[in-house]
Amino acid sequence: MVMEMATPEQLDLTFAALADQTRRAILARLAEGELSVNELAEPFEMSQPAISKHIKVLENAGLVSRSKDAQRRPVKMEAQPMSEAIAWLEQYRKVWEQTYARLDTLLAELKAMTPSPDKKKN
Amino acid sequence: MAMPLTIALQGDTEIVVTREFDAPRELVWDCWTVPALIRRWLAGPPGWEMTTCEFDARVGGKWRFVAKGPGGMEMGHGGVIKVFDRPERMVSTEIYDWDWTGGETINTNEFAELAGGRSRSTLTITYSSKEARDGARATPMAEGMEMGFQKLDALLKERAAER
Repeated sequence: MVMEMATPEQLDLTFAALADQTRRAILARLAEGELSVNELAEPFEMSQPAISKHIKVLENAGLVSRSKDAQRRPVKMEAQPMSEAIAWLEQYRKVWEQTYARLDTLLAELKAMTPSPDKKKN
Repeated sequence: MAMPLTIALQGDTEIVVTREFDAPRELVWDCWTVPALIRRWLAGPPGWEMTTCEFDARVGGKWRFVAKGPGGMEMGHGGVIKVFDRPERMVSTEIYDWDWTGGETINTNEFAELAGGRSRSTLTITYSSKEARDGARATPMAEGMEMGFQKLDALLKERAAER
């Protein structure tokens, strides 16, 4: 458990933001590069204000940022909170994977010790 | 070769952990219920050692595990066995000494027999409330999200492939 983790509050924000299909689709598109709100709205059957609202949620969670200068103010994906969310999930998963890997080892040992009587019809 | 593990959220209060094993379910069952075997694999993360392992293998029986970690830190948990139906289905309660799960959880482990001497364990952990599931987040067992892990995994894989 030496991994540097985000605070629970940050993770809550990240996961709440990720708990919506449209927002995940927005992120998937931004993974390819920066886009303006108009460009982002295009493939969705949603008004631009509705898309803007989703972007606001992602922005509050730190998952995207918008540049201040240019008037198109492109939206950009921020990798850091996403990485923290992945690290957190991986951590949970890893605990189970390590635990069950130890069980695999034990099971192999037990199988070698106990020739089962009703072997083996395959 | 490691078998794939899936972890998913179910309803408001459950987490489901599914894994296949290259062994008949009777054997997997014994590894969950015989203290000498439990000690061998269920001790916790690397660096932790099981110092107490009691498992009274019957309906109404109590179980208690204590693990000692780095720096002598101790983590204990235990509960009562509610259903003990070898080799198919076991239901038990669980609570940690430091109650980070927001009260007792109910753990249901179902073992299905598969072809070729294999089996599948489906472990459903039911928290006392949605808040408890979503709030138990200070540890590796943490929750706090509204979506299945698998969905996010798929999204992230997609993203990685695009890079």
